[in-house]
Amino acid sequence: MKEFKYVIKDELGIHARPAGELVKAAAKYPCEVKIEKDGREVDAKRIMGVMSLGAKCGMEITLRADGEQEEEAIAELSRFLEENL
Amino acid sequence: MEITGKSVFGGIAIGKLAIFAKAYHQVNREKIEDPQAEIRRFEEAKEEAKTQLGLLYEKALKEVGEVNAAIFEVHQMMLEDLDYVEAITNMIESQMVSAEYAVATTGDNFSAVFAEMDDDYMKARAADVKDISRRVVTILQGGSSFELAAGEPVILLADDLAPSETVQLDKSMVLSFVTRHGSANSHTAILARTMNIPALIGVDFPEDAAGKTGIVDGYKEKIIIDPSISVLEEYRRKQEEEEEKKRLLLELKGKEDVTLDGKSIHLYANIGSVADVAAVLANDAEGIGLFRSEFLYLESKSYPTEEEQFAAYRQVAEMMAGKKVIIRTMDIGADKQVDYFGLEREENPAMGYRAIRICLDRQEIFRTQLRALYRASCYGTISIMFPMIISVDEVKQIKSIIEEVKAGLDEESVPYRDVEIGIMIETPAAVMISRELAELVDFFSVGTNDLTQYTLALDRQNPKLDSFYDSHHPAILKMLQMIVDNGHAGGCWVGICGELGADLTLTETLLRMGFDELSVSPSMILRVRQKIRETDLSA
Repeated sequence: MKEFKYVIKDELGIHARPAGELVKAAAKYPCEVKIEKDGREVDAKRIMGVMSLGAKCGMEITLRADGEQEEEAIAELSRFLEENL
Repeated sequence: MEITGKSVFGGIAIGKLAIFAKAYHQVNREKIEDPQAEIRRFEEAKEEAKTQLGLLYEKALKEVGEVNAAIFEVHQMMLEDLDYVEAITNMIESQMVSAEYAVATTGDNFSAVFAEMDDDYMKARAADVKDISRRVVTILQGGSSFELAAGEPVILLADDLAPSETVQLDKSMVLSFVTRHGSANSHTAILARTMNIPALIGVDFPEDAAGKTGIVDGYKEKIIIDPSISVLEEYRRKQEEEEEKKRLLLELKGKEDVTLDGKSIHLYANIGSVADVAAVLANDAEGIGLFRSEFLYLESKSYPTEEEQFAAYRQVAEMMAGKKVIIRTMDIGADKQVDYFGLEREENPAMGYRAIRICLDRQEIFRTQLRALYRASCYGTISIMFPMIISVDEVKQIKSIIEEVKAGLDEESVPYRDVEIGIMIETPAAVMISRELAELVDFFSVGTNDLTQYTLALDRQNPKLDSFYDSHHPAILKMLQMIVDNGHAGGCWVGICGELGADLTLTETLLRMGFDELSVSPSMILRVRQKIRETDLSA
C-alpha cells in the first residue's frame, strides 16, 4: 500500500471541478484508491463521496492506493493535488 | 408592490415578468413487479441523460466559457457515481419501487448530505444532485424540456434555476433572474455576472406575478411588481442614464489624460500577471505602472529560472509595443508566502523579512531577476522598480549590483538597453529621506496601502481596525505632497500605484499636488480618465 498526505491550499477546497478531475484520474488505475479526512475514508473513484468529504483549505487529507499500479496511481494523484489544490 | 431580496449583480432591468415552469412532475411511490426491467429503464434514462449533458456542455462551452461549462462534465460523472447508481438499483430491488421513485428519493438523500455541510459552496452543490436526478426522472416520465414561451425578453422568476435549465434558455430573452432560493455561489448568480444582467435571490414573489410588468433594481436589492407609471418613468430614466454612462466611458478610449485647463498626467495600469495585459489594452491605459513580478514566484514550485522570467517580461514588453512597462522586483514575504523560499514564521511579517530585504540578503535570487529584466529590456520600454526601501544605502547597494549584472551581460555580449530605475515609496522612512533618495533614482512610485499601514500603525489585515482606518488621513496627504516636492527637486518624476491613485474623490487633489503619474487597476482606467478630463485646476 502507498500513501500520500497533503494539506489543501486551494481557497475553495476540493470543489466540484477538481473533484471531478481527481476522480477521473483515480479511475484510470486498477488498484483501490481511497481518500481519508479526519478518520473518514471514501472511494476516490466516486465523485459524490469525494465531494462529501468537504475538504477545505488548510485541511489535511491522506491518499491511499492499494493493489496493482499503486505506485503509479499515487505518483499521478499526488502531482495532481500539488498542481491543482 | 415591492419585494426585497439579495442582489448578486447590480443593474436595472425593466420588463414583463415570466415564471419559469419546470417540466418535472410529482413522483409518487409506486410498486412494480419486475425490478430487473425497472433497472433497465433506469440505465437507459441515465444514458439518455448523459447524452443530454454532453450536448449541454458543448452549448455552454460556446456561450459561457469553459469554467462555467465544466459543471456539466461534473454532472455526467455524478450520474456515473457508483454510490449514487447502487443506491438507486438497490432501492428498486429491495423495495420493489419504480425507477422514478428510486431516483427522486436517492437524489433527495444525496442532496441532503451536501445541504448539511458547513460550507456555502458545498451547500450549493445540493442543487446539482437534485438537478441530475430531476433530469433522469423527466426522461423516465417521457417529459420534454421546457420552453420560454414569451415572444419578448422577460424578467425570469423561478424557485431556483439549475445550471442545466439556465443553459437551455435563450439568453437574449432574459433581462434578469429573480429566484426564491439560491445563493451568491449558485450557477444562476455566476451566470448573471457573466451575462452582465441584474439578478436577485431570496425573493418570495407571488405566483400571480406572471405577465405583469416588473422592475429589478440590483442596486437597491428589490423587485417592484406592477409599478405605478411615475415609478416606471423614474426607472426608465435611471436605466437610460446608466447606459449613457457606459457609452460615455467607452467614448473615452483613445482620449488624452488631460485636465480642462491643459495639465496632462500619465495614466497607467497595475497588473499581476501576463494575462492581465489584455485588460490593460482593452481599457486603453498608456502603459503599465506596476507589474507585480511575484506571480512568477507564487505560481512556481521552485525558484523561477532566468529563462522563465525573461520569457514573461519579454512577452509583456512586446505586447505593450513600446509603451512603458514598470516591473517591480519580487515582493515575497509578508502576506505572499512561497514554500521553497523556506522563510521562517514571523511575529510581524508586514515588517519582516520581505521584498528587497530578501533580495539584498540572498543576492543570487535578485541577480537572476535583474539579468532577466535587463535581457528583456531590448523588446520594449522596461523600467525597474524596487519595493520596501528604507535607506540610501539600500539603493546604493542595488545600483552596484545592477552594475555588476550589466558588466556580466557585457562580458557575454548579451544586449540590453538602459532602463529607468525607480523605487517604491511605501515606508515613512523613505518619505523622510525622499530628497536624498531622489538624487539616486529616476522615479518614485508611492505605494499608498503599505505607507498608510506603516504611518498609521494600523494592520490592514485586521477587520476590527476598519473604523480607525482613514485613507485620507492628513498625515498621509502631507507625506504625498512632501514626496512630490522632494522627488521633483531631485529630478525624479513621481507617481502613485496604491489604491489612493484610483480614489476619484482625490483625483483633483493629486493633480494639484503635482503627481506625474497615476497607476490604477485596468477596470478603473476609464473612470479615472473621465475624472481627470472633468477637472479644472485653474478654477
